[in-house]
Amino acid sequence: MKDMGDMLLRRQAFSEIVMANTALVRAMIEAGVRVAASYPGSPTPEIAAAIASMPAERRPFYFEFSVNEKVATELAFGAALNGHPSVVFFKSVGLNVAADTFVQLALMDIAGGLVVILGDDPGAHSSQNEQDNRHFARLAYLPLFEPAGPAEAYAMFKEAAQLAREKRSAVVLRLTTHVCHAKEKVSFAPYRPQAADDAPRFDPAAAAFVPIAAAVFPMKRRALARLEDFRAYGEGSPFHDRRDNGNEARGVITSGTVFLSLLDALEGSGDPPDVLKLGLSHPLPRALVSAFLRRHRQVLVLEELDDVLEGEIRALAQAQGIATEIIGKQDMEDWIGEYTPERVAARLERAWPGLLPARPAAAGSRLALSPRPAQLCPGCGHRSAFHAIKKALSDRDITVADIGCHSLGFLPPYRMGQVLLCMGASTATASGLALFNRTRRVVAFLGDSTFFHAGIPGIINAVFNRHELTLIIMENGTTAMTGHQEHPATGKNFNGAAPAIPLRRVLESLGIASIREVDAYNQERLTAMVREAVAEEGFKVIIARHPCMLKFTREKRRLGKWRRTPVAVNPSTCRRIHECVSVFACPSFQVDGEGAVRVQDDLCIGDGSCRQTCPAAAIEGGGPGGAQ
Amino acid sequence: MNAGRFDIYLVGVGGQGIGLLSETLLRAADHAGLAVRGVDTHGLAQRGGMVASHVRLGAGAHSPLVAAGRADLVVALERHEALRGAAAYLRDGGTLVYYDAVWQPLSVRLRQEAEVGAAAIDDECRSRAIRAVRVFRGDLSDPRMQNMAVLAEICRLGLVPGVNAGHCEAALDDLLAGAMLEKNLALFRRLAGG
Repeated sequence: MKDMGDMLLRRQAFSEIVMANTALVRAMIEAGVRVAASYPGSPTPEIAAAIASMPAERRPFYFEFSVNEKVATELAFGAALNGHPSVVFFKSVGLNVAADTFVQLALMDIAGGLVVILGDDPGAHSSQNEQDNRHFARLAYLPLFEPAGPAEAYAMFKEAAQLAREKRSAVVLRLTTHVCHAKEKVSFAPYRPQAADDAPRFDPAAAAFVPIAAAVFPMKRRALARLEDFRAYGEGSPFHDRRDNGNEARGVITSGTVFLSLLDALEGSGDPPDVLKLGLSHPLPRALVSAFLRRHRQVLVLEELDDVLEGEIRALAQAQGIATEIIGKQDMEDWIGEYTPERVAARLERAWPGLLPARPAAAGSRLALSPRPAQLCPGCGHRSAFHAIKKALSDRDITVADIGCHSLGFLPPYRMGQVLLCMGASTATASGLALFNRTRRVVAFLGDSTFFHAGIPGIINAVFNRHELTLIIMENGTTAMTGHQEHPATGKNFNGAAPAIPLRRVLESLGIASIREVDAYNQERLTAMVREAVAEEGFKVIIARHPCMLKFTREKRRLGKWRRTPVAVNPSTCRRIHECVSVFACPSFQVDGEGAVRVQDDLCIGDGSCRQTCPAAAIEGGGPGGAQ
Repeated sequence: MNAGRFDIYLVGVGGQGIGLLSETLLRAADHAGLAVRGVDTHGLAQRGGMVASHVRLGAGAHSPLVAAGRADLVVALERHEALRGAAAYLRDGGTLVYYDAVWQPLSVRLRQEAEVGAAAIDDECRSRAIRAVRVFRGDLSDPRMQNMAVLAEICRLGLVPGVNAGHCEAALDDLLAGAMLEKNLALFRRLAGG
């Protein structure tokens, strides 16, 4: 797969090892999708990376990164109203942002069909929670598919797109982190490009589109009726999987990637339970499930995160007078984390002792090493900023984090950003922390992409309601955490040049009088600015700016302009104060058992932002680092 | 290991090139005619945190995840992660191959814990009948090619049953192009041949 773009656009059938995020893009192409939109968030950004691999002029559909998930959903909805098959994709918590829009979709008559791809994150690998978005499909009366791996994601997307178009509906495809990123060989069908119909076919007379007051009820009836249509489809859907092991005593009902963990866990079992894996898990195919229940004396409902299926299945059994014993969640831990093969094995053992063959105990080691959490990169402007900001604040002051790379400032030794909620929440949270508070100064942090995503309302509110706080915008010129996507201040969008919307201009237009700007590498100046700002009354903003150095060095490398000039610690002047290792804490500084400091050259990018932190001036070499 | 199945757990620190290494092994195994599946950790982990990748070879594997304590081979690109990976994922009697780079984790840099030394790895491996293979080359022009040095050693010693240097070269040819391919292939050939 030398060229992913060529592969995705190949006319003939082929098979290739791909992750589900890549397989989804081929499915979009084959399904005739015309419009796709997203806001970056793990585990879904590789979908956009696959789209980007196709040269713009050969890309069979329009794609944009919108400013947030709500906007992306509305864009895709609007395009679908005109008859264009559309798709929107984002991470788990992105659905909270899009929720206001999402819950209305079932009321609508969506001519082109709209597929909503969710990247849920059991295990919270890259999210602030592990919310179970299967609830949201129920809240919104929308059908939900749960693929277990790349081949299913590909096939289910095509099915979902076709159903969405046929039923003029939205359909949800819920993946989880280890489905999005799982890799396997997928067999792809031929791609037969269809002539595009650009006509704007939205017909306001064709159906009700304005749900105001009493007009809501017929629209809701249509939504509920359509959900029953999907249930009828689901009873016979080829996307359910049954494993009949001839076991009348025991059955398991599951869905998604948990099914794969179950198959691994059951390996070698002498008397494996029958298995029903639901491909379309909402609306619940009641006849299929009740027949399965009736065939077994005990049924274990095996589901990651919440007891969504369990509740519905228990209600179904009660309503139909089915006596089968249903085993569901048993303790709090069953609600937490991913259902890996070893977790599922333990779960089976607890439900049915002796079911699995006795195996030699896994790994005999009892070693427990400290975790290695993600951290700010060498040369990161946020590190330099935190180092400087901390000097201007007291231990009693309160710092509020937002989502982004700067969230990592909560880790030792910085401990900056002591509370974190969600995208854009820092300014208003800090405003609340400042009420009645005359003794502890409140400082909020916000990244630049998040500023545009959801940060602006909190800022306007701080101006409007005259809140007292200091906001520090950590501007690195990109959406760094998710892989360096453009945002409205960068002057580029996914498709090319765009008018740049500078943060400062937005802030000035809101009438904010106290705005300071500084290069985050200039620590002395930043410390002085924070001291001044927190002493002032009212709402103050500091923009601490430095380009994302990971992006910067990658781009230099790509251009062949990268020269490694690491700093060095001069052993004759180093007084082992350890400011560089323990306080500034760039990972490039390492310390031996005797306390001698050395620079790990593999890591140091030579930015030189560390030199100013050494009281003994023992750090030598590297780039200009704050001197500019 | 189950008949015909081979589970590999790869671990390193974000930025070390675990992704390319695992993708190369996956594709090399495919070239060797084995059924393959796997998964990488993405997202936050790329920011200097622990990065892991699971590769499962042979028919009959379902989940892309290697079960803890069941890997036949652990491949690590950093010494602390080598010990962590072996302790958590390697089966007793398995093989650990690691590049002996040291990227101290925060707890070591803050002097809350001692750096993991070669002896700690030896002790762990000896007590669990693990074969340990240390890789270190003082002559690499670019630290981002440490993954190629490890790949070459895996092939030279035949640590993945059925997968040889030719399969790995074909996989690299699938994944890289131009100067990158030339550079990596040249290093791989020099080390895998020796």
